Amino acid sequence: MATKILVVAELLEGKIRKASLSAVTFARNAGLPFSVLVIGAGAAGAAGEITAFGAEKVLVADDATFNGWTAERFAPTVAAAVKNGGFDVLAFTASSFGKDIAPRVAAKLGAGYAPDISSVSNEGGTLIYRRPVYAGNAYAKAKLLTAVQVVSVRQSEFTAAEASGGASPVEAIAIEAADAAASKVEFLGLEAAKSERPDLGDARVIVAGGRALKEKFKDILEPLADKLGAAIGASRAACDAGYAAPELQVGQTGRIVAPRLYLAIGISGAIQHLAGMKGSKTIVAINKDTEAPIFQVADYGLVQDLFAAVPELVTELNKG
Amino acid sequence: MKILVPLKRVADPDNANKIKVNGGKIDTTGLEWKLNPFDEYAVETALRLTENGANTKARLGEVVVVTLGPKETETTLRSALATGADRAIRIDAGDDAIDGDTVAHALAALIKKENFDLILLGKQAVDGDSNQVPQLLAEYLGWPQATFAATIKSEADKALVVGREVDGGTLNVRVQLPAVVSVDLRIVAPKSVTSVHTAPTHNYADGVRFAALMQIMAAKKKPLVEVKLADLGVTAAPKIEYVGFELPPARKAGVKVANVADLVGKLRNEAKAL
Ligand SMILES: Cc1cc2nc3c(=O)[nH]c(=O)nc-3n(C[C@H](O)[C@H](O)[C@H](O)COP(=O)(O)OP(=O)(O)OC[C@H]3O[C@@H](n4cnc5c(N)ncnc54)[C@H](O)[C@@H]3O)c2cc1C
Ligand SMILES: Nc1ncnc2c1ncn2[C@@H]1O[C@H](COP(=O)(O)O)[C@@H](O)[C@H]1O
Repeated sequence: MATKILVVAELLEGKIRKASLSAVTFARNAGLPFSVLVIGAGAAGAAGEITAFGAEKVLVADDATFNGWTAERFAPTVAAAVKNGGFDVLAFTASSFGKDIAPRVAAKLGAGYAPDISSVSNEGGTLIYRRPVYAGNAYAKAKLLTAVQVVSVRQSEFTAAEASGGASPVEAIAIEAADAAASKVEFLGLEAAKSERPDLGDARVIVAGGRALKEKFKDILEPLADKLGAAIGASRAACDAGYAAPELQVGQTGRIVAPRLYLAIGISGAIQHLAGMKGSKTIVAINKDTEAPIFQVADYGLVQDLFAAVPELVTELNKG
Repeated sequence: MKILVPLKRVADPDNANKIKVNGGKIDTTGLEWKLNPFDEYAVETALRLTENGANTKARLGEVVVVTLGPKETETTLRSALATGADRAIRIDAGDDAIDGDTVAHALAALIKKENFDLILLGKQAVDGDSNQVPQLLAEYLGWPQATFAATIKSEADKALVVGREVDGGTLNVRVQLPAVVSVDLRIVAPKSVTSVHTAPTHNYADGVRFAALMQIMAAKKKPLVEVKLADLGVTAAPKIEYVGFELPPARKAGVKVANVADLVGKLRNEAKAL
């Protein structure tokens, strides 16, 4: 019987990541009271961003050692927050950070873990989690058999929560000693391509390119992305070939996205790619092969050479 | 370096769209079993760490592969032995009786019996896409973890510098061995794995190596032992219960547009997506 949820909010550069608001939506959909744990170096400064979302409490774990997102350092404090607060459901966002740490905390709590869930229902106190399997070609309904439960929720399927007013009290919690293993991990740094574009997870429009773009990947896609205020995504083949940065990969094993508009340009539409974007509201495909599987999920398909079509599209958009 | 690589067989992912659901259960009849692609990459990574890339015949370490599964999964183990792993262990378990937590407990028990320097796993099994066994295992062992590795540099076989693929870019960490590392797709690029055994100038072929017929024959003679879950002191007690499966709602068929102007018109007026 689930009664009380703790949502973990992730920090990025001192601010709460928008992705964390998907985990708030999860808590609301589960129909249970919830608190939020803001954890990271600088968490105290960010806590105010999340006090108007209906949480019973906003817990803060702020410590200078919480930089670099090492699971071995974060997990003991998160686990203690669950125990001390009497929570029985712990919700992370299914980001690379959430996925890295969630099982580690679950193991500490003897909790079952339901990863990457796409919806939740509360059936008389039992939470039933729906999650995609086989690259999204089937959905499983699962329940966890343990007293404490851990989940990670898909940002693509839980829309970011809106503020609901009120002022949740903010409370600092104790910082636990890191796992012994933490001394065996040294954080060397994050190499991030600086970009003014929205994050793939937050973007309303995504312009995604495939292997077909070759070295012209940026030249062709950037003007279109600029025009649409879009994030840029890529197929695995485009990333593997070095045309696009690896963090741009959309798909079963990359980012899972569901923007209002997804443009797949020179992407064949392998099932692993579709698994990451077929939840998008409107899908456009531009491909010169009429038979390309991407057309099976596209609302609008344009059979044309992309090197002509994309510049033409930019011109057409500029007209009106 | 002595490396353990846990393997899982999965229903052929390229046919995942042929999955059927019967009476609320997944029906995999007609699908072929394959080694989870990420585990194929983990085996390749382990081999690269235990050889000189210029002379792959001489083994400079040991790679042990292990799976939890029924008797038929020995085929999966043999395929990894054929590509170069040194020996194999099958922990006998029914496919249905285990969840990721049981797998992690069993692996932890096995590792406590025998010393390994490194456990290399796939970042996720592409059937359930759970992405949990490596992290659970690291916690049960009390070892450091480096998940989603796209690059690994072994420093005198004592520590690894790992480039982890995360949402915002690449996060670099140094982990002291013994450690648990899960690998991402790009770990099998020509220069993703480096060690003291191989000259820095060496370029691997992109992707994983394939077994020649000779090696497939030789693999039949490599050691493969069976262990029972009970021998490891582990009982299969799943923490997750799947109460049903269903197919996703089909997407409504779309239309082909005549040209760019037609596309923009439809996006503006029909889909209201601009
Ligand atoms: C374990 C595993 C995980 C994977 N995970 C992912 C994942 O997360 N995401 C992902 O995307 N893939 C993933 N893949 C890879 C996937 O199977 C495909 O190989 C990949 O998506 C293909 O990328 P692509 O469509 O860009 O390339 P291709 O298949 O080469 O397709 C290129 C397309 O461009 C078209 N084209 C060529 N020239 C032009 C032109 N001038 N104008 C217009 N169209 C043109 C072609 O008709 C073709 O359809 C994974 C594979 C494995 C094994
Ligand atoms: N039954 C199993 N036997 C051995 N290893 C497994 C098994 N299941 C999962 N693994 C390993 O754990 C990794 C992650 O799987 P998962 O957490 O299920 O997505 C896989 O890539 C394998 O390396």
